[in-house]
Formats: sequence, structure tokens, C-alpha cells
Amino acid sequence: MAQSPHTPHVDIMRSPLGRARGLGSARAGSAHWWAQRLTAIALVPLTLWFIDVVIHMKGAEQTEVILWLSSPLSLVLMLALIIATFHHLQLGLQVVIEDYVPDHAKKLISILAIKAVCVILALICIVSVLKLGL
Amino acid sequence: MRDVRDALMVARNSDGKLVRRPLSPHLQVHRWPISMALSICHRISGVALGVGTLLLTWWLAAAATSSEGFAHAQAFIGSPFGLLLLFGWSLALIFHFFSGLRHLWMDSGRGFEPGAYDRSGWAVIGATVALTVLVWAIGLLGS
Repeated sequence: MAQSPHTPHVDIMRSPLGRARGLGSARAGSAHWWAQRLTAIALVPLTLWFIDVVIHMKGAEQTEVILWLSSPLSLVLMLALIIATFHHLQLGLQVVIEDYVPDHAKKLISILAIKAVCVILALICIVSVLKLGL
Repeated sequence: MRDVRDALMVARNSDGKLVRRPLSPHLQVHRWPISMALSICHRISGVALGVGTLLLTWWLAAAATSSEGFAHAQAFIGSPFGLLLLFGWSLALIFHFFSGLRHLWMDSGRGFEPGAYDRSGWAVIGATVALTVLVWAIGLLGS
């Protein structure tokens, strides 16, 4: 097709069928990518702090855990760790499922199930540390 | 031949015998450069840490429930099997930590030169071993 370099044209890489199905980019991919990186950055100091916590909690009794979480700093850091960890976890597991589960229905159900489990576990952790620390 | 696409997969070998063409190379035929091994390990350790959050949740929930329940959880974690789980968790966490730092560095567009790419990979392994040994030395020897 002879086209002058000045002819206006639009390059669309997706097929008409792909566009009609509404699959592909929902223009939300970068939000997922950013959330995964930002939670990773938040978890850098929080993880180092938590490794120190685990070492100190070796063989501890319940009263020592209560004493540790009664400090507002410990409680806030622990809540931040829980939220960042489970948010990072569900974002990461979603990508793993998207990569390995080709069937659309199974993919959607697995992702929703993973997210539900992560929310429930995060809430159990949050309620537990609040009950211990407050 | 069940499918017309199979017709493209058949050829004669040097003896003139009809054979199926081999499929394109897959994981097991490639050399394992360190960056490929680390990338796969990053994903595996991430999934393992997800399973590990069950232990964390149980530990916190037990502490919030009763002193007996928490003593039971602590005894399990202190048992040989519990310590093995804890060791695996610490190794996965520390590896994912350093490997994640490497990924963040590469996300900024740096570290892709051939030499630097391999060196940072080995640095991740070295740092993982060093910190895991250090953490367990402090945990086991410290009072």
C-alpha cells in the first residue's frame, strides 16, 4: 500500500476481536505494578524489624507478647507490617495465577478466592494484635 | 493425525523415516543462568511465604485467645518440626527480601549490564546465606 509519510494514520496493535471482547488492558495495570513496588519498599524496614521481633519472642509467654504490643510504636508497626504483607501477597499471588491458569473462569475464581483468604487472614491478624495491644 | 496442524509437525529423518518434529525447546533443555534461577526462586519463595502467613496468623490468634493456646503454639514452633518450618520461613523471607531489593534496583532501569547482572545475583545469594546464618546464630546463642 503506497502511503506518503505525511498521511495521517493510527497504529492499533490489538485485533478488533480482542477489543470487542473487552479483554486486555483495562488501563489499571500500572496501579497494580505500583502498589506491588510501594508495598515492597514499605516492607524493607518492616521486615528487618520483624525478624528482630521474632528473635526476641523466642519461647515468650503470652504476657510478654502483651507487654510488647502495649507499646503504641510496636502496635502501629505491627499493623503496618500486616497490611503491607497481605496487600503485597495478594498482588503477587494474583500475578502467579494470571500466568499459570489459562481458563478464564478458573482464573477469576482462583484470584477472587486468594483475595478473600488474604483479607480474612489480615483481619484475624489485625484483630489479634489490637486485642493484645489495646 | 488428529488435527490438520499435526501435518506441519511431521517430517522425514535422515533415514527417510517419518517422524514427528521435536517441539520448541522448553525449560529443561536450557542452561540455567543465575538470573533465571533467581527469578524462579523469587516466585517460589513468595508463594512459600504466603503459606507461611498461616503460621503467623495462628501465632497471633493463639496469643490473643488464651495463655494455654499460646503456650501450645510456642511449644510447636520450638519443636524440631516447628524449628524446621521456622528455618524454611526465615530462608524464604531473607531470600525474597534481598532478591526483591535487586528487582527494585532493576525496576529503576539499572544493573542490566551482563557483568553487573550476574554479580548482583550472586550478591543476593551471598547476602541471603550471611543474614540467615547471622539471624540463627543470634536466635540460638543469644539469651
